[in-house]
Amino acid sequence: MAIYTYVLFDFAVPFKIALVDSFITHLSFTFSAFLIHITLKYYQPTKENIFYMRIWALLMAIGNTAVIVKGLEFLYSQDLAYQEFISKSVLLRFIYQVLMMMIITVIQWMANFLTEQKSLAEHQHENERIVKEAELYNLRQQLQPHFLFNSLNSISALAGSKPDQARRMIEQLSEFLRHTLRKDDKQLISLKEELYQLDLYLQIEKVRFGNRLKSTVVLDASCANKVMPALILQPLVENAIKFGLYDTLGEVEIVVEAKCAANQYLQIQISNPFDSLTHRQTAGTGFGLDSIKRRLYLLYANNDLVQTEIKDQQFIVRLTIPQ
Amino acid sequence: MKNYSCVIIDDEPLARSIVMEYLQDFKNIEVKQECNDGFEGVKAIALHQPDFIFLDVQMPKINGFEMLEILENAPAVIFTTAFDAYAMKAFEAHAMDYLLKPFSKERFGKAIEKMMKHLQSAEPNAHLEKFSEETAASEEQLTRLVVKHHQTVQVLNLQDILYLEAYGDYIKIHTAQQTYLKKKTMGYFEEHLNSKDFIRVHRSYIIPTQGVQKIDPPDFVILRNGQKIPVSRTGYNKLKATLGL
Repeated sequence: MAIYTYVLFDFAVPFKIALVDSFITHLSFTFSAFLIHITLKYYQPTKENIFYMRIWALLMAIGNTAVIVKGLEFLYSQDLAYQEFISKSVLLRFIYQVLMMMIITVIQWMANFLTEQKSLAEHQHENERIVKEAELYNLRQQLQPHFLFNSLNSISALAGSKPDQARRMIEQLSEFLRHTLRKDDKQLISLKEELYQLDLYLQIEKVRFGNRLKSTVVLDASCANKVMPALILQPLVENAIKFGLYDTLGEVEIVVEAKCAANQYLQIQISNPFDSLTHRQTAGTGFGLDSIKRRLYLLYANNDLVQTEIKDQQFIVRLTIPQ
Repeated sequence: MKNYSCVIIDDEPLARSIVMEYLQDFKNIEVKQECNDGFEGVKAIALHQPDFIFLDVQMPKINGFEMLEILENAPAVIFTTAFDAYAMKAFEAHAMDYLLKPFSKERFGKAIEKMMKHLQSAEPNAHLEKFSEETAASEEQLTRLVVKHHQTVQVLNLQDILYLEAYGDYIKIHTAQQTYLKKKTMGYFEEHLNSKDFIRVHRSYIIPTQGVQKIDPPDFVILRNGQKIPVSRTGYNKLKATLGL
């Protein structure tokens, strides 16, 4: 601004007028910069339509020049020498305005671009972290050491007395493990497939626990081909077995019921007997449940898809899967 | 002739059957009973007084450690467990033998051999008491208590405790219905009960914060059920601090 004033002064413009001229010109830049900032805040142009941004800057340059010239002419209408200087300098003033507008726009655009990139990268990073966490948990969940080693121990016991049963259990365990390893976290499978996988798991657990474990699966025939994310039911049933078998004595029945409501939702209910008195809150029993809740949330952006209820010494989990 | 007796406690029938199978090679060991859970285990041990037991850790209602805690005269133990990083550390620290499922016949044979030697030595149970105290001690905080009343085992909720009272080598646990004895120290309970919920108001008394009805300074506190409990000077200060007086 000081340089601009000096240049005007050099063109024999009285110092006071030069100062006012300079002040108004630079005020127009500040005002335009603010307008551009506001515009870019709500509208970040892509590389293709940056053209519009140029037009916008050009229009502002024209507007600014017009306002400044008219304003100065009006303010100093008595000073004829200055009037002449103004009309001579219109083009120069306009070029100066255009240059400044370009610079302001580019700087603003760059600044916005950088902040956006940064927040985008952060968001992506956060997303990746969540997905990884889920994967890691699933891995751990699949390879439940208790389940695996106890199953192997049962096989070892059967190998001596009932080799046929031992072989059958090895087949079931292998198929179960193969299925868990193959499934992609985001992949949707049919309810029928998921129930087949669940059945493999239940067969193995029934060999382990003998007569103590009973299970009933009630499937509404029309739901068989409804889809759901893979490996949702098994961790929940595992939870149910843990609750059921370790919190109660005697026989335990796990009931899985699947219904579909108006073709929009698949509803699955898992219930197990449960004793609130000896149930250990500290044993992290809600962990599997929380992870399923989170997975469904990540897939469907809805937090209400997993509901739990304790009723008549039964622990009930209700799943709602949008179709 | 059978020289030794044992009891097998495991909630999985096949896991018990493999122990039975391996034991056929040891004609001098008699299996007195197979038990499904800790409750049966306590009864069977009282009934048969076996020389040693095979004990699973993860079982219904009460786990293997909790079962050991309530035994008056615990027999020697061979733990059988699938996987429990913490338990394995505890076993190793005390040179207790444990079998990781699934285990081989050879490994099983070694455990039996070790047990025989141990039973022939002078103090078969010397390390066990220390062990059960320590496994319990490394649990961060108690959420429930397993107690024995006559021959039945009960799981108590902490909310049911009226107050704890020192009683010789035992602690008397008072509830509205019953008084139970547990072989523990006051220090143990002071450490493993949440200090916000339970306060040691006296050398011989611990009371639940919720149970306080009236403070009768400087020597007594009166509980909801009307019970008068002596309070020491430091106990009184602790009580005041916890209740925010």
